Amino acid sequence: MSNLLDLLIAGLATGAIYAIVAVGFTLLWQTSQTINFAQGEFVMLPAFLMLGAMNAGAPFWLAIVIGIGLSMLLLGLAFKMLLVDPMLRHGVLPLAIATMALAIGIKESAKQFYSAEASPFPSIVPAGDIAIFGRAVALQSIGVLAVAVLAVVGLTALLNRTSIGHQMQAAAQNPTVARIIGVPVERMIMLTFLINAFLVALASLLITPIYLAKFSNGEVLGQAAFIAAIVGGFNQIRGAIAGGLLIGVVDNLAAAYVSTQYRAAVPLLLLIAIILFRPQGIFGRAEERTV
Amino acid sequence: MKPTVLASILIAAVFATPASAQSIKLANVAELSGGGATVGTNWKNGIDLAIEDINAKGGVLGRKLEVTHADSQSNPGVARAQVQKALDNEPYVLLGPGYSGSVKVTAPLAAEAGIAQIMGGEAAELTQAGNKFLFRTSFGQQSSMPKVAKYINDELKAKSVAIVWVNNDFGKGGRDSISKEFVKYNIKVAADLSTEAGQADFAADVSKIKSAAPDAVFVYVNEEESARILKELKRQGVTVPLVGETTLVGQKVVELAGDAANGARGHVGLTTDAPVELIKAFREKFVKKYNYVPDHNGLKGWLAIYMIKATTEKMGKVDSKGFADALHGFTITAAKEPGILMDATFDANGDIDRQGFLVEIVDGKQVVKQVLPKLKN
Repeated sequence: MSNLLDLLIAGLATGAIYAIVAVGFTLLWQTSQTINFAQGEFVMLPAFLMLGAMNAGAPFWLAIVIGIGLSMLLLGLAFKMLLVDPMLRHGVLPLAIATMALAIGIKESAKQFYSAEASPFPSIVPAGDIAIFGRAVALQSIGVLAVAVLAVVGLTALLNRTSIGHQMQAAAQNPTVARIIGVPVERMIMLTFLINAFLVALASLLITPIYLAKFSNGEVLGQAAFIAAIVGGFNQIRGAIAGGLLIGVVDNLAAAYVSTQYRAAVPLLLLIAIILFRPQGIFGRAEERTV
Repeated sequence: MKPTVLASILIAAVFATPASAQSIKLANVAELSGGGATVGTNWKNGIDLAIEDINAKGGVLGRKLEVTHADSQSNPGVARAQVQKALDNEPYVLLGPGYSGSVKVTAPLAAEAGIAQIMGGEAAELTQAGNKFLFRTSFGQQSSMPKVAKYINDELKAKSVAIVWVNNDFGKGGRDSISKEFVKYNIKVAADLSTEAGQADFAADVSKIKSAAPDAVFVYVNEEESARILKELKRQGVTVPLVGETTLVGQKVVELAGDAANGARGHVGLTTDAPVELIKAFREKFVKKYNYVPDHNGLKGWLAIYMIKATTEKMGKVDSKGFADALHGFTITAAKEPGILMDATFDANGDIDRQGFLVEIVDGKQVVKQVLPKLKN
């Protein structure tokens, strides 16, 4: 039982990071029909930007600010203007392939310009334990979970309780009508890309102390978040959150109670089951399109 | 003079450069990216440093050494292709790879070509397949695991041990070798945990170790994964002794794991913290050039080149086909060839015999606790 609690907390902490990344998938899909296969590399890169700032002499807090700022510039603004806008007019598939190429480009660049080796990365949460139900639980797990939950709650509040959030939702649901009623659709779409860039930078800050900064980190993260988004529901933010948490917990429980060797297969089995029996995902909405 | 004539003369001059024709060509295939990047980069830097050192002193038998580097991407399939490509250029000696799995698939190619291969792999089986062209730069698991098991039994008095190993040729070889030794000492395997190369999350594995409540944990995974599991073991409050081999207590692990590496112990065949003057001088030279402290792979790369130098000078000629025979049974002494750092003997299988060390990480530094002598003097 005590082990189960440890596993649940560790799984939820990792799952919360998957959830943040998965939310980015759904945001971009809803507002601009962009499936970003470079999302994992988007999580990998900010850590290197922060490390670069620290190597240049910046303190950790300033490196975080610089890293998030540069991420929003490169992974938000530049990504939309230089890749998504020119490619989207050719359809969803060419854009998806272009993001795959971008993923390779980012990964190889990190390897070329920084290092092929892993580098240590400081944690924003101090080392140590706190007692929960008589169990010593790592502060890092709690910290990661808390920051991730805060980010998701903040995002949900922005979308549901503010005028900008309502405009973003309107732009996502029906851009033509939104334009007619005066919603600046293009600006809302750009805002979505900036929010995604902020979220991936945050995920990078949380996960890199555990994974270590390495150019190949995006492969695992991108795959886990993509599965999470499909399992939860690609067109619902709450689905992506639930999917992320579920994948994190299932992965940890599978490693402990099924087999460490087959742990990687369990989330994929879950994915197959969802595609077969509930293709829209756990919380997703079935979409029908007329040609 | 017409431009075409001038160009022809220039091209002819480039291809007729005598220095290039006289140099001894070596080929290195190593893990320069992927999971083994730490291994391959250190190995490559050690090679380059040794070549620079030797060439500055006039080379080998008056000829300069020259090496080409190829990246195996830590992938045995890519390693095989790169080795085939390297062998097509008929190098004097083949260097690398460092990963046992990659060595296993490339060794038959070098043997078929009759080219000696000096590599970094440590899996026991590599030198037990009758390949007469394969040479180690470090101990094989059949030499190191008995020492680790003896330490766990004699010094730690552990009666049950959890084994964490990486599911590849290197990890499986280590796990099989240590399990055999544990049987001899009547040590129970409390948990037998296979992990994946490149694994990032060890929460569940450590949770299993905690449930098994062993007296000690034997960790046998690659450097980056060692750092990650050490951090997780600390995070989950595991306090029993953590024992391993070079991959648990290497410089890179200490750098990546930080405080979590403190207390980890292991047997290392090579360490830049060894109380040996020649190794200290090597370390100084390496740090001056690359600005970081190398791990054992840096030493292995350096030693590979000095093995070539000593063997070639013993033969008195650059003879690719006779190289392997000359190295079998050869003892290279540090007194005669300081670049070899410690006296080393190579047996008929290509296995190496020399001093070893038992180390512990204290305050982020390797501290040598015990010097283990050569098995055969």
